[in-house]
Amino acid sequence: MNRRQFLQLAAASTLTAMLPSRSWAYSNVEGEAHKKLIVILLRGGMDGLNVIAPYGDNQYQLIRPTIALHKANGLIDLDGYFGMHPALAPLQPLFQDKSLAFVHACGSPDPTRSHFDAQDYMESGVPGRKSVSSGWVNRLISELPTKHSPIRAISIGPVLPRICSGPASVATVMKNIKQSRGALDRPRVESAFTDLYSGLNNDIGGAFAEGMAAHKTVNNILAMPAPSDSGNMMSMDKEQIIANRGAQSPNAFPNFGRQLATLFRQDPTVQVAFVDFGGWDTHVRQGAEMGQLAGHLTPLASGLADLVSGLGPLYKDTSIVVMSEFGRTARENGNGGTDHGHGNVMWLLGGGVAGGKVYGRFGGLTQTNLYENRDVPATTDFRTVISSVLSDQMHVAKGSLLKVFPGFQASGSAFVS
Amino acid sequence: MKRQILALSLAFGLLAPVLSPVCWPVSSKSLQVAASTPVRADGDAQVVQVLNRLTLGAAPGDFERVKAMGVKAYIQSQLQPQSIAEAEIVENQEQAAEIIRAKSSDLIQKYRTAMQQNKTLKKQQAQAQDAAGEMPGKTAGKKGKGGNANNERKTYVRDTAGAIIKTRLVRAIYSPRQLQEVMVDFWFNHFNISINKGLDHVLVGPYEEQAIRPNVLGKFRDILGATCYHPAMLFYLDNAQNAAAGVPGPKGKKSGLNENYARELMELHTLGVDGGYTQKDVIELARVLTGLSIPLPGLRRMAVQNNGANAGYFGQFYPSRHDQGEKVILGHKIAAKGAGEIEEALDLLARHPSTARHISYKLAQYFVADDPPPALVDRLTQKFTASDGDIKAVLTTLFDSPEFFDVRNQNNKYKSPYRYAISALRATGVQPERYELIANFLKMQGQPLYGCLTPDGYKNTKAAWLNSDALLKRINFATILGGGAMPQMGITVSYDQIADTVNGGKLSAKTEAVIAKTPAPLKASILLGSPDFMNY
Repeated sequence: MNRRQFLQLAAASTLTAMLPSRSWAYSNVEGEAHKKLIVILLRGGMDGLNVIAPYGDNQYQLIRPTIALHKANGLIDLDGYFGMHPALAPLQPLFQDKSLAFVHACGSPDPTRSHFDAQDYMESGVPGRKSVSSGWVNRLISELPTKHSPIRAISIGPVLPRICSGPASVATVMKNIKQSRGALDRPRVESAFTDLYSGLNNDIGGAFAEGMAAHKTVNNILAMPAPSDSGNMMSMDKEQIIANRGAQSPNAFPNFGRQLATLFRQDPTVQVAFVDFGGWDTHVRQGAEMGQLAGHLTPLASGLADLVSGLGPLYKDTSIVVMSEFGRTARENGNGGTDHGHGNVMWLLGGGVAGGKVYGRFGGLTQTNLYENRDVPATTDFRTVISSVLSDQMHVAKGSLLKVFPGFQASGSAFVS
Repeated sequence: MKRQILALSLAFGLLAPVLSPVCWPVSSKSLQVAASTPVRADGDAQVVQVLNRLTLGAAPGDFERVKAMGVKAYIQSQLQPQSIAEAEIVENQEQAAEIIRAKSSDLIQKYRTAMQQNKTLKKQQAQAQDAAGEMPGKTAGKKGKGGNANNERKTYVRDTAGAIIKTRLVRAIYSPRQLQEVMVDFWFNHFNISINKGLDHVLVGPYEEQAIRPNVLGKFRDILGATCYHPAMLFYLDNAQNAAAGVPGPKGKKSGLNENYARELMELHTLGVDGGYTQKDVIELARVLTGLSIPLPGLRRMAVQNNGANAGYFGQFYPSRHDQGEKVILGHKIAAKGAGEIEEALDLLARHPSTARHISYKLAQYFVADDPPPALVDRLTQKFTASDGDIKAVLTTLFDSPEFFDVRNQNNKYKSPYRYAISALRATGVQPERYELIANFLKMQGQPLYGCLTPDGYKNTKAAWLNSDALLKRINFATILGGGAMPQMGITVSYDQIADTVNGGKLSAKTEAVIAKTPAPLKASILLGSPDFMNY
């Protein structure tokens, strides 16, 4: 596509308003290779109303009598209407520095309240269509104007999640360096297989060489001393296990921020990273300032703070997106918990974020403003938010965005307040 | 062509930067020209091809056995699985796994009861904690009293899934009816459902046993009907919720038309994505399917059409949830007549020319080449139509074709993780004590058994499975398996015993040379982790 075609396309689109003028120059590929993206998926349905709480809405405390957050108990005021869960205190300086923003009432246009389907849609990036087999992060990787590297994209954990599956290669990184060592790390085995595969002038030979390079790079980086993974998993019932789709609670991986930062700092070719955490399906006794939800938010927030400080100078070129498949019911249920809902809050961190604000079309908690009389409606499509990050901060072109989110046209900006 | 070039450049482009992309159209063209003159494999190579494609991997001695028997006779016997005695280990496992023969209605009831009990117990626990003034979440983490409710349900689901997965693995590894197992892999993926979705945690076993297995070598119309009416599919693709607009759902929930199953029924199961249907056809088919559901608690009092011997095993038709109007699908008028409309629509779809082509293409891709020879697809399509979708007849044509025995279509396929793991176990004869290890390996390879989330099922092409991360994990697996060091699989594998399982013992020069200079205990591992073993 030449510039003129692009401008015609851009002019025809409602997205134009969101694109800063520099975006059209995206085709200057080398220039953007330093832009980084980290996507964090919270599986199970994080209760956004108790993460960024509309405490200024007089309904809030009425419909959440035992779990509502109170300023007197540590709720951190953000703008007089919204307040942040006290467990997010480590992120407060970022909000003050305007590199942390929240977009409330985000979600998928598909009305499902099933973890299975909602995660599926958030990962495929095509809500409502079940047979899209690649994930949007994978499609994004193919669109990034970077030179190839074995660890350009990494996914934390042994199993490649749906969001990262597809034709572009993504290296899996174990949470624990010990787990990542395999039989191939024994010198005799390594040399025999290297002998066997080297000089194979075909795709299998190439895959082997690339795999070994990625494995070694990651191992070398992670071999550096890091705090031990000593956190203990909360016990989970079966629905939580389904809801988590194998993802562990952040308690089980408290040093994720340092580990990710190390990978990014040590290898400049790392451009995209994905990590997921489970444990957010809080149907029973989720607690308020303290308790179950707080217990998951605490390691997540401190891990994010570690990540930001660990990234150091890279932070200005990094975008971090935290999201969850759906929000939870506005009212608390009879068990001191909340059930599956719709709209949720997305978190955005990064040097390019217009932060220090809570955005979103949030209509308040009065009954008439709730979806089906129970949930915060999803008034901003999650893809609108991600598209904004990709175009504004990573300078991904409109044409590429259409490949990341096929058939999707953002209607209006994500950043309304 | 465009897609082909893209796939090629995805597979090679990044790895071989010296190749300019303009090379590709030229070489693909020359490949197409060459494809018209097949080079027939010789006797030994035919045996290798038959073992590679009609089985999930050769076991030691298979090569000589099939050679002595003759490839024609072997193909014939594999096409008649009932004529082959089943292995004892398989029969024992089938016997033990009662769940696969269970009535879906019973399982649904049991699953829902377990959910309900769990909820009640959790409530009680929470109240007990409140009374004791404990912090939420704390007691639940302790072993013993607090965790009982959760553990019971967890155990139920885990044991159920464990039995279903083990049964499939035992059959795939040890059954001498190998073509049947190959076809189970093919059809399960064609009519995929995921074990990860709610009720399908338990229904996936009966689904394979009752809807897929009896029909893998039968008529396409039969397997289509069986999957359509099975509660596992009805739940997975949401037809359980599909009702005429305005009919209230269970517990007064909003209800209405749900197109998910109707769409995939056309796009994936029958016509194919370019099969010539429109969004209007999807909606019309969804209307036909309204009222076909699983036994829903809230619906029990509604009129249920009696479905005889199948009651409880297959879905139920609720006339009051059905759209009573006339429908038009693909230009064909379907008069309102309740459940009979579904039969009429399935007949129409099963016999549509696009379906014949779609299934033929997939079979040719699965058995011959990722990019299957068009002339072969044409002939299979004709056979499919002429035989009214007789799978056995179509496969007979396929196994008799010059393309199937063309040397260029040998070892041109890259094993899926499932085929890789099963073939490695068949080659070594290792009997795992814990099948979870195999299931876990498949998960790490990105192909968890029964765990494909999307209805299109797992792909069967190199582009889908060749990636560097997974390749390294295969080599680790091979090293452990070949070295007899896999926990609880403690047998030592001798290289000499397993050498004939790859190409009848004919290895590439490179692999031959590396194995020759490798110390004996590592030789088997090298073979199982070699490029030769990745292809088939």
